[in-house]
Amino acid sequence: MVRELYGFVRGSIGIVRRGNRAYYAWVAFLLLLAIQGVAAYYNQARTGLILTNMRDPISWAFYIGNFTFLVGVGAAAVMLVIPAYIYDWKPIKEVVVFGELLAIAAMVMCLLFVLVDMGRPDRFWHLIPFLGSLHLPTSLLSWDAVVLNVYLLLNLVIASYLIFCAYRGRHYNPRIVVPLVIFSIPMAISIHTVTAFLYNGMAARPYWNSAILAPRFLASAFCSGPAVLLILFQIVRRTTRFDIKDEALHKVAELMAYAMGFNLFLTGAEIFKEYYSDTQHLVHIQYLFSGIHGRPSPIAIYGWSALALGVIAFLLFVVPATRKNFITMNLGCLMIYGSVYIEKGIALLIPGYTPDVLGQVYEYVPSVTEVRVSMGIFGIGFLLFTLMVKVALATLSGRLTAGAVRANGIRAV
Amino acid sequence: MNDSEQGTQTKIGRRDMLKGLAAIMATLSASGCTTTASPDLDAFLQQHFWKLSKADLDAILARLEKQYAEQFGRPVAVKATPPLEGVTFAYALDIARCIGCRRCVYGCVEENNQSRNPQIHWITVLEMEKAKGVDLQHADAYYDRPLVPEPGRFYMPVACQHCSKPPCVKVCPVNATWTDKDGIVVIDYNWCIGCRCCMSACPYGARRFNWAAPRLPADELNTNTEYLGNRPRPRGVVEKCHFCIQRVRHGRYPKCVEVCPVGARKFGNLQDPKSEIRYILENKRVYILKEDLNTQPKFYYYFGI
Amino acid sequence: MRTAHKALIQTGFILVFAALFLITIVNSEDAPRRADEPLVSPGTGVPPPSVDNAIAVAPPPFSEGIFPCSDCHEDLKVNTTPRQLTKNHKNIVLKHDEQNRWCLDCHDAKNRDKLHLAGGKLVDFTESYKLCGQCHGPNLRDWKAGEHGKRTGEWSGRKQYLLCANCHNPHAPRYKPLQPLPPPVRPEDLKERYERQ
Repeated sequence: MVRELYGFVRGSIGIVRRGNRAYYAWVAFLLLLAIQGVAAYYNQARTGLILTNMRDPISWAFYIGNFTFLVGVGAAAVMLVIPAYIYDWKPIKEVVVFGELLAIAAMVMCLLFVLVDMGRPDRFWHLIPFLGSLHLPTSLLSWDAVVLNVYLLLNLVIASYLIFCAYRGRHYNPRIVVPLVIFSIPMAISIHTVTAFLYNGMAARPYWNSAILAPRFLASAFCSGPAVLLILFQIVRRTTRFDIKDEALHKVAELMAYAMGFNLFLTGAEIFKEYYSDTQHLVHIQYLFSGIHGRPSPIAIYGWSALALGVIAFLLFVVPATRKNFITMNLGCLMIYGSVYIEKGIALLIPGYTPDVLGQVYEYVPSVTEVRVSMGIFGIGFLLFTLMVKVALATLSGRLTAGAVRANGIRAV
Repeated sequence: MNDSEQGTQTKIGRRDMLKGLAAIMATLSASGCTTTASPDLDAFLQQHFWKLSKADLDAILARLEKQYAEQFGRPVAVKATPPLEGVTFAYALDIARCIGCRRCVYGCVEENNQSRNPQIHWITVLEMEKAKGVDLQHADAYYDRPLVPEPGRFYMPVACQHCSKPPCVKVCPVNATWTDKDGIVVIDYNWCIGCRCCMSACPYGARRFNWAAPRLPADELNTNTEYLGNRPRPRGVVEKCHFCIQRVRHGRYPKCVEVCPVGARKFGNLQDPKSEIRYILENKRVYILKEDLNTQPKFYYYFGI
Repeated sequence: MRTAHKALIQTGFILVFAALFLITIVNSEDAPRRADEPLVSPGTGVPPPSVDNAIAVAPPPFSEGIFPCSDCHEDLKVNTTPRQLTKNHKNIVLKHDEQNRWCLDCHDAKNRDKLHLAGGKLVDFTESYKLCGQCHGPNLRDWKAGEHGKRTGEWSGRKQYLLCANCHNPHAPRYKPLQPLPPPVRPEDLKERYERQ
């Protein structure tokens, strides 16, 4: 067992070290992103968060926006897990492991985004249960720290177990996998719900203090997460021998269409409630779509584009002809991805803070440091994801197996 | 960059992290041990305020006094005065009388050692139109006039409202902020992780973040300080009004009360039926900012005239 | 744990109140306190209730060398006709119900170093609030309670009051506008200012 693990690790290193030119270029690009991000973060850690454009009125912004978006991406792995394991539905089952790898990468990026947003990263240990002083059960941020880490661990365990089983050429033990998978479903819902509640629970920010915020988070996550996977699966089956059937992609796309419809409905419900009741709290959504205090809003363009992209993507996915056409489907994926990214990164946070609790307006745009650090984190996350996918592909397709390693030595894999 | 706490952070990050983790375990297993050889490491390993023994706290205060004395070149007293028994502090501010002169804002900065640059003010004075009443959407915190009060306007200073149900305390993931027995909402600057969740949760915009290492000229330092109050803060933590703990727990009025030229600011013990604060609550028309949020502030606006 | 804590505090308060109540019944007169006695001993017991003997009043805001008034007025003949002053005190512009009043409605004509109330009773300048209170009754009441006007010192002990006249010029009592201190740095400018220094 230990020897097999050693062989697997050595074999995996061999796998990720080899590839075609496009692979090398991609990895080099991601490494570059990561390195420049680390350099930017080094500056930020030395000088302070003043290098960001966050200020007292807008105290969470680009970092936490990205964090929120990625929590959704990570949570969406469950979208694929549910039918695959509960209903033992073959076509999706073979690709589910990629959903879990995506969740791992997303969680790692989430935790990095939280870390770079902290004023005192050196005090991270205050968040560790028993060592520090977690404020449970009251603080949603404490809960978030717990559930994100548990979810990360869970996906690490499931994915590595599945891959390692494939490496050993054995079928996984359903008595281990099924309970874990079943547990991961409420966990996936929790991470996004808890993150939504983090905003939702703040009565100080009426824009977030809406009961449908958590359902909206889930609905949008079920749009954006699978959108990443749909594109990934096409890349995988084109570049490798690994076969993913059209049927599986169309099924995922169909499930996405429902989620998108529901997401739009919830967004519409929120917009209706704000504009029809027309209370003092309307200012925040006005800041998103038009402007306040007699001035046009600099983020109105994002408010409208998120809405427009969401509507068009929904139309593309709801009509079977365009859903099953790969060009329009991919277009729809990009659009919904863009829509949810804008919605979480800008449309959720900035209007929540604008105007601030005392009615003052601070116009925020991310600073160079924030963009660089964020690009660095995406670089690290995508790099991790790329390497994990490469190993998973090699194992699941039977190229990297214990038998092959034993027979030919690691070099031959 | 003369902030040695901040130096601690980066140095720790590079060198002492592993050593630190090992020492955490050591500290946990041998809880009698309160200090190590390195003050940086002591700062890093410092436990939560509630878990500190008298000896732990004394060691921390001594360490901070030494650190501040080195940093500012002057002796600095850091006390940790416990809350007074039988006292619940409360504040009242007469909106009818405030003229918006901002004397309180700067008096507070001097008393409480706020960073001069990047500038930190704990009190925000809002200028509003009398015709519109308390409507924050028309409030201006940046008014710049030759003379105040401006006819037709009124002024509303806002700082920490010391809520009885503070949302900021509720959301803090690490218990770095809490309500002391005398009703003051305090922050342990040595425990705050700088996540700024409390800043989003506060409906009054009372909390301020140290976006960079605070700059405070040594000759402007108030050397009479409290651990949970006005001691110099490190970079990357949140701070706010604490009713001048260093004054009120020794019987004195907060600084803003004493610098207000029009006597619009009132302070006292809610449990004392003869206090000014009780007189105001019983005899004046009181206004609670964002009362609908049920934060139950111990900061009351009132109309004295 | 938390609720136990709360219950403990609440019981503590009740006990403290009960004790206070008993003390009030048994000893209904406030024990006199020495001026140098500490007002609150931190962490121990309840602070003493605010009592009148804990209040000091600031001296009246005389212009330099103007008091005692009798120094000049001793030898002057009293002219009780209301008129515009032309020789001395020309700087005093009465804007305080000037239609109906003039100097000698408040300043005593015979004893120049005193003021007089409407009924003729003489009061010192240090007690001028009694004079003001004749018209401004609610304000006097609020001032005594510590609501009107500024107090400095101790929230539950020795305090200093200001006289009405310390803030309101008795001849033109409207509070004069002040130059405000500078507005805060806008968040947009924080970084630039920080980097400039």
